[in-house]
Amino acid sequence: MINELFFMNGYGAYVLSAFGFTLLSFVSLYFVTKTQFVREQKKFIAKFGSLETEKAELAKSQRINKEILADATNS
Amino acid sequence: MFKFFEPNKIFKITSKAPRYVLVLFVLVLSIGLTEALVLSPEDYKQSDAVRIMYVHVPAAWISLGIFSSITFLSISGFIFKNKNFFLIAKSLAPSGFVFNIIALVTGSIWGKPTWGTWWAWDARITSMLILALFYAMYLISWRLYENEEKIFKISTIITILGIINIPIIKYSVDWWNTLHQPASINILSKSSIHSSMLFPLLIMTAAFALFSLLIFLMKYNTELIKVKNKGLDRL
Repeated sequence: MINELFFMNGYGAYVLSAFGFTLLSFVSLYFVTKTQFVREQKKFIAKFGSLETEKAELAKSQRINKEILADATNS
Repeated sequence: MFKFFEPNKIFKITSKAPRYVLVLFVLVLSIGLTEALVLSPEDYKQSDAVRIMYVHVPAAWISLGIFSSITFLSISGFIFKNKNFFLIAKSLAPSGFVFNIIALVTGSIWGKPTWGTWWAWDARITSMLILALFYAMYLISWRLYENEEKIFKISTIITILGIINIPIIKYSVDWWNTLHQPASINILSKSSIHSSMLFPLLIMTAAFALFSLLIFLMKYNTELIKVKNKGLDRL
């Protein structure tokens, strides 16, 4: 059964390499995108941390900034 | 109506959605892979080589769909002067490009056992390669230019030129003698593909669509944080 699944009447190498390439592309794209996201998130937190109290309060008044900080803390 | 889609309002949803989409994607992909590799029947002519269809066809469909969406969003962004449309279009491009490459590579792998060659300058393959070049140009344009207005203009021109290629890809099999067979699945008329093969194909298409949604959401959130980073600099 397992042999049949991998051999696929002689087409196993073609079929599995096509599926393998697809899954590898998915994993690579996912991790590249995730890394870019985390990098931007870290940059935002660092910038936010370096703001003076008054400016930080002003920035916090925007809902999206609060959401970004909350999301970064949760993840 | 566009106010509903303002980044400030939708970030709460787009930041939480990826984890749920990821779970759903893994679930649908697992069902799709079981159907495609184990349960679906082999073809009477192509034998098990036909299974490559379950990754090749959805990848091609989604890359075409994403490019059409990017064009629509870019033109809408220009008409309605809405920057968010450009951000959505930009966030869709990476997965569209990767799906285009997957379609080309898996098509090449499929070509060897069925046509006896890895590559042929056939109308469908060549037009898909041209689409990949348009995707590459679109993505590079965002990296090359700093000025927003210029990027919006150049990326929209690229998509308008690229969209001309979409009907060529679709109808290339009818207009020219190509190695590709005519479409087996038609929305308006009866499909010539058997349901035992159509079902896994649709499941894999759903899985691929979920993956592109996942990448889009992650990329869009990254773009929004980038915009907010610039905003903090201006404070």
